Amino acid sequence: MDFGSINPVLLVASLMVAATPIILAAAGELIVERAGVLNLGVEGMMITGAIVGFIVTAHTGSSWAGFGAAALGGALLSLLFALLTQFLLSNQVATGLALTLFGLGLSALLGQGYNGIKAPEFAKIDIPVLTDLPVVGPILFGHDPMVYIGIALIAAIWAFLKYSRAGLVLRAVGENHDAAHALGYHVMRIRTLAIMFGGACAGLGGAYISLVRVPQWTDGMTAGAGWIALAIVVFASWQPWRLLIGAYLFGGVTVLQLNLQAAGFAIPVEYLSMSPYIATILVLVLMNAGRAPGSLGRVFHASR
Amino acid sequence: MKRRTLLASGAGAAMAAVLGAPLRAQSGKTKVGFIYVGPVGDGGWTYQHDQGRQAIEAQFGDAIETVYAENVPEGPDAERVLTQMVLGGANLIFTTSFGYMESTLNVAAKFPDVKFEHATGYMTTDNVSVYSARFYEGRAVQGHLAGNMTKSNKIGYIGSFPIPEVIRGINSAYIHAKQVNPDVEFKIVWAFTWFDPAKEADAAKVLIEQGCDVILQHTDSTAPQAAAQAAGNVYTFGQASDMAEYAPMPRISSIIDNWGPYYIERTQAVMDGSWASVSTWDGIGKGMVKIGEISDAVPAEIKASAEALRDRIAAGEYHPFTGPLNKQDGSAWLAEGETADDGTLAGLSWYVEGIEGDIPS
Amino acid sequence: MLTLEKRPQPSKNWTYAAPLLAVVITMIVGGFVFAALGKDPLVAIRTIFYDPLFGEFASYSRPQLLLKAGPLILIAIGLSFGFRAGIWNIGAEGQYIIGALAGAAVGLAYFPDGSRIVVFPLMILAGVAGGMIWAWIPAFLRNRFKTNEILVSLMLVYVAESIQASMALNLLRNPDGHGFPGSRNLSQIPASANLEIFANTGIHWGVFTALVAVVVSYGVLMRHRFGFDVRLAGQSPRAAIFAGVNPKRLVMTCMLISGALAGAAGMFEVSGPAGRVSIDFNVGYGFTAIIVAFLGRLHPVGILFAGILMALTYIGGELAQLSLSLPGAAIQLFQGMLLFFLLAVDVMTNFRIRFGSKE
Repeated sequence: MDFGSINPVLLVASLMVAATPIILAAAGELIVERAGVLNLGVEGMMITGAIVGFIVTAHTGSSWAGFGAAALGGALLSLLFALLTQFLLSNQVATGLALTLFGLGLSALLGQGYNGIKAPEFAKIDIPVLTDLPVVGPILFGHDPMVYIGIALIAAIWAFLKYSRAGLVLRAVGENHDAAHALGYHVMRIRTLAIMFGGACAGLGGAYISLVRVPQWTDGMTAGAGWIALAIVVFASWQPWRLLIGAYLFGGVTVLQLNLQAAGFAIPVEYLSMSPYIATILVLVLMNAGRAPGSLGRVFHASR
Repeated sequence: MKRRTLLASGAGAAMAAVLGAPLRAQSGKTKVGFIYVGPVGDGGWTYQHDQGRQAIEAQFGDAIETVYAENVPEGPDAERVLTQMVLGGANLIFTTSFGYMESTLNVAAKFPDVKFEHATGYMTTDNVSVYSARFYEGRAVQGHLAGNMTKSNKIGYIGSFPIPEVIRGINSAYIHAKQVNPDVEFKIVWAFTWFDPAKEADAAKVLIEQGCDVILQHTDSTAPQAAAQAAGNVYTFGQASDMAEYAPMPRISSIIDNWGPYYIERTQAVMDGSWASVSTWDGIGKGMVKIGEISDAVPAEIKASAEALRDRIAAGEYHPFTGPLNKQDGSAWLAEGETADDGTLAGLSWYVEGIEGDIPS
Repeated sequence: MLTLEKRPQPSKNWTYAAPLLAVVITMIVGGFVFAALGKDPLVAIRTIFYDPLFGEFASYSRPQLLLKAGPLILIAIGLSFGFRAGIWNIGAEGQYIIGALAGAAVGLAYFPDGSRIVVFPLMILAGVAGGMIWAWIPAFLRNRFKTNEILVSLMLVYVAESIQASMALNLLRNPDGHGFPGSRNLSQIPASANLEIFANTGIHWGVFTALVAVVVSYGVLMRHRFGFDVRLAGQSPRAAIFAGVNPKRLVMTCMLISGALAGAAGMFEVSGPAGRVSIDFNVGYGFTAIIVAFLGRLHPVGILFAGILMALTYIGGELAQLSLSLPGAAIQLFQGMLLFFLLAVDVMTNFRIRFGSKE
């Protein structure tokens, strides 16, 4: 047993990478939920993004093209969800679950023939001097671009919701769609755009797994990351910066328990692995949960 | 062969259960069924079994027919799929996951003239064989390479679940790493999953960060390979499949589950009518465990000694669990020259002396 | 421009026509997918929808349909009350797991003694209680702290899965299991086995309970005061309060009903078809049941048919894998499509499509 073998700097640096796919997907879902829509299909959109991104990268050799295609693929798939829930007024919970089922099947079909191929390496940023600095170097300057894009996305969403007029409208639609409609906002259009943004982000998150973290295509490779993203949005009580904390906490618990194991501590893994979810419930209780968007999950029909 | 009227008459299932084969669809060809717990595209466990299925097709061509169902959950779903396979005319069925044990036995009892082969199980009946591979033989070669290649003397091991299969592998690797490098130390983490690329990547990174420069894995994805590649001077081994795309570095060798020869042999036995229930536990010698090409990243003399070890195991000259060996608590296990019996190995649930840490229980 | 106009009453005709239309559309679109994969679409569709019911070996697969549909129907019936009242328990999977663990624990505690007359009813009670406790948590938190029950019940699924893994590896592990995780096989212990009531029908105690639940819930929904409250609360929460419905009690009751039935489903499954507690013996019935509940329009009879339709796609899908070597992924895609189309055409039931703008 040896605490000394755990290097906190590397621990933080690696949990930042571990958290990135979840941050990307959760950032999208946060916007979707702030617009009052609950899309439980994150897992399906992530895995679709993972395979679409992988296919494009495998053919073009460019990771960036892959990420672009993944975002597009995720957005297209989410458009299906938008069509059903916004125009055909289907139930969001059931539609989201169907979307996950659909996405898992679609990705496995698309991915036939892509097993066992390795994706080209996605270069890390390497700034001379800075990356080599002790402590801050590995944590702040040693990652691949998507890690920074994930964090930048959080910042952008925060600014968008807080300062922009469009963000205000989005929040209004999410809080009370009838009132927003009465004020003349296009509830369906805004929500459709939000859903597509969510799909694009989930696609990016999935592609990060298939292009950077693993980087290879295997069926079902997201292995539940989409569900964790959903949990983190709740944990964050729909606040962008808390989302970052939540994702690091979730990733951190995993990385920490692995670290403790490797250092020779006998720890009850099962109990540690359920702790983030219990923490999420506690946060929900402590936040008094009045903070959930008012219209979350409710069907909106304009003609009343 | 059209017996639809009889079968449609409600009592059909009961009759089928009693009479077995006569009511099944039949054709002249031998029909071989496979039931998989994962998708054929998992690149690991199920993928290798499906390679075995394709090997049969390549071998026998039109003389046989194969069918498979993938992603079948263990339990009632498996039992139903197996029954449907039998009704569809399968003569021989490979059930490729430990969790299919009860389903296999139940269906086999109903259809005594259909042959079943259950992977990694331990229950045999007149028409159920069990087969498994001595992966620990491959682990011995890995341990030998790992002990030689490590500079930090810290070897990381990603375990899936604390079951005998995995524990055997850890012990075997440790014994042979220690043989060539007395200072070697194992760091073991349990991922509690067979397949979760993200978690496996985390586990590999953690081990690397704690100073390990060789990583052994008993989980199925290539994520640890990628993590090792990103880290630079870390060596890994392919698991289940060759993972040759990561050669020559970080992947310096691999253990390949090579089911093809066994599947061909058993299919041939059914075609000849010579099939009998057996309990097979084959290793490197019979080719069920293959050691993937040792890459050029390994110095020639180490490569040669590893290959020599492999060949001695294959020839039956050497058993990876040969005494003197003590258990972790210091009590004696095997005396000088004594080798472990298969019964003990099958239920192995403790570490050998020298490995630190507790097995989660 | 197309616009939707809410019907004053759900259309009776569309209620029946919509599911049929959806199945037909799915067959057509699915046929194209199958054709694109190089399979004969007509044969594929027949294999999935016709063969399990009337094919050569239908006498085997028909009981299997009930076996597969049983837990889906039982859970979906429980969920339907809450869903009607606007109470979203999507954590039935967790309640299913805890019910199964509780039931299995009781059964194993009596091993190897214990008579069936005592043990099996106790297991049912334990399963129901386990599911109820797991459903009580989100209900209590919603009533006490106004937390969102969708999210709490979903989080509790993961907690339940961790507990399940722990149980399979530790407390409930079979001491004679050669070191493998998983409990003893309850279905092989006479005292705790959930057996078929009528041989070769697929009707075990869980399926029987599901069928009873369909009948009882129909009665409750249509004839009982509670059913009225539920429907009223779903249509207009404020009107319900004026009519004297206590919203907190309604939340609690609906959640406990769904938890009880999900827990029972888990217990019946673990003591019968599944047989044992393993690290991952749950196969997503709790989530699939949500879809079943919606496909059945939250109506008991609808849920009965939706459950069987769902089971049909599973079993027919397996047949298609075996006889046509369709990839499993194509079946998953097909199921997803079926759900999409069912949800999509459902709009016709509650809305009228108008051509031309409203104004």
